Amino acid sequence: MSETDRPFEPRIVAFFCTWCTYTAADLAGISRMQYAPNVRAIRLMCSGRVDPQFVLAAFRDGADGVLIGGCHPGDCHYQEGNVNALRRFELLRRMLRDFGIEEGRVRLEWISAAEGDKVQRVCNEMTERVRALGPLRLEPGPRRRVGVGVVPVGAAEAAAGPAAGEASEPVGVLETEGREAR
Amino acid sequence: MTKPKVAFYWCASCGGCEEAVVDLAEDVLAVVDAVDIAFWPVALDFKVSDVEALADGELAASFVNGAIRTSEQREMAELLRRKSAVVVAFGACAWLGGIPGLANLSSRESILEFVYRGSPSTSDGDGVRPQEETDVPEGRLRLPHFDETVRTLDQVVDVDYYLPGCPPPVDLIRSAVTALVEGRLPEKGSVLAPDVALCAECPRAQTKPTDLKVTQFRRPHEVIADPETCLLAQGLVCLGPATRSGCGAPCTAANMPCTGCMGPTSRVIDYGAKALSAIASLVAPSDEEAVGEAVDRLVDPVGTFYRYSLPASLLHRRVERDAAGSRGGGQGWARRS
Ligand code: SF4
Ligand code: FES
Repeated sequence: MSETDRPFEPRIVAFFCTWCTYTAADLAGISRMQYAPNVRAIRLMCSGRVDPQFVLAAFRDGADGVLIGGCHPGDCHYQEGNVNALRRFELLRRMLRDFGIEEGRVRLEWISAAEGDKVQRVCNEMTERVRALGPLRLEPGPRRRVGVGVVPVGAAEAAAGPAAGEASEPVGVLETEGREAR
Repeated sequence: MTKPKVAFYWCASCGGCEEAVVDLAEDVLAVVDAVDIAFWPVALDFKVSDVEALADGELAASFVNGAIRTSEQREMAELLRRKSAVVVAFGACAWLGGIPGLANLSSRESILEFVYRGSPSTSDGDGVRPQEETDVPEGRLRLPHFDETVRTLDQVVDVDYYLPGCPPPVDLIRSAVTALVEGRLPEKGSVLAPDVALCAECPRAQTKPTDLKVTQFRRPHEVIADPETCLLAQGLVCLGPATRSGCGAPCTAANMPCTGCMGPTSRVIDYGAKALSAIASLVAPSDEEAVGEAVDRLVDPVGTFYRYSLPASLLHRRVERDAAGSRGGGQGWARRS
């Protein structure tokens, strides 16, 4: 059977913070709650660790939807991580709309460690919503190559100081091959 | 000893990169002293056949600016790649797609439709569109194919080095050419610019608060910006924290926020996502509604954060849904497979 003959099963990548939402997903499992198997959970320390690049990389590599789960406001283990997640999400959501990616394909939810039933409900709802939207089917992407930064002749002083601001944070391992068409 | 041969070429670009080479001013004479310019259509009368006549790899370097949109640009990029030991993607368009890359927000069809029929300055009616081949009494005329999508140079040919900027700053061009002539080029794949964020060389950096928060974003025409204070601290969307330095901060010095033409530092995969992240994190309110209102002031997020890098981004282009409901932004990639 070829890929196109099979009924569409949404692929949903979920970024869950380890302290609340991931624990809630564990609880749902221990309590034998059944929910859609379409959600692939990735455990992060905090929803604030969800770099918008992760969301785009998930779409690039074949996700039809992306779910982000974190602690309720005020409960973040790192105090403000989830608030930052919210700020980035609100802007990212709007930008994805301009990219032609429907709003239903991204979702941010606060789920505490005790809310196994909410994991079940949110995963089911998200799966159905994305199923209704159909596959995202991005065209195969370009090969990614990341330029190594090098200080050219004479600019050594400029590069001596540490980078200021956000861009100085390493983004971690996110070398994606994309799906190459060449 | 014979001087190394170099070529300059332009693809989908505005001509500003060519101007930047001329901006070397008297230093351009030093360049001419050190190298033999074998091909530079903007300034010197060479033909494509002159390049074809060269042996493979005979050019020490080709500096190619502009993104790739047409079959002609693709063929020229492939030709220069074959003939050159080193290919340098010159400027934001060649490296990341640049301003012409914003066309990836529209489909090929909608662009042609607007340009040849819809635009207010076009008289419609005849519905004539340029054809790739037209027969006239004198023979057959050919135009290049207009691709489905805009690509960066390294999405079409192998690229050795990148010179960032719109256009690349004169100092960086000079040091790149010097490094080439002296055989001191760094590791392949390098971006020939410092690998730190612009804030590091911005004269306003001292006034940038460490715990910067923005209550209301403003657009440049809405305020008369204070000439000394950090522009982000004044609510202007300055992309300095997410953008590579090496330009000398001429924009912030002229009271204009950084729009990101120098592209990302080496630790960033997707410039726009990282810039979005940097700006969104500064939003002062913390409840959903107020955060939404604050970010609603950022009109055109794609154009703001991907102004120079849409084709190089993870998503590459806007997702289009055709009449049949299937997706895909055209056959830009499939064409090559
Ligand atoms: S004005 Fe822009 S580049 Fe300069 S310090 Fe502020 S944010 Fe950084
Ligand atoms: S630790 Fe759960 S959201 Fe920060």
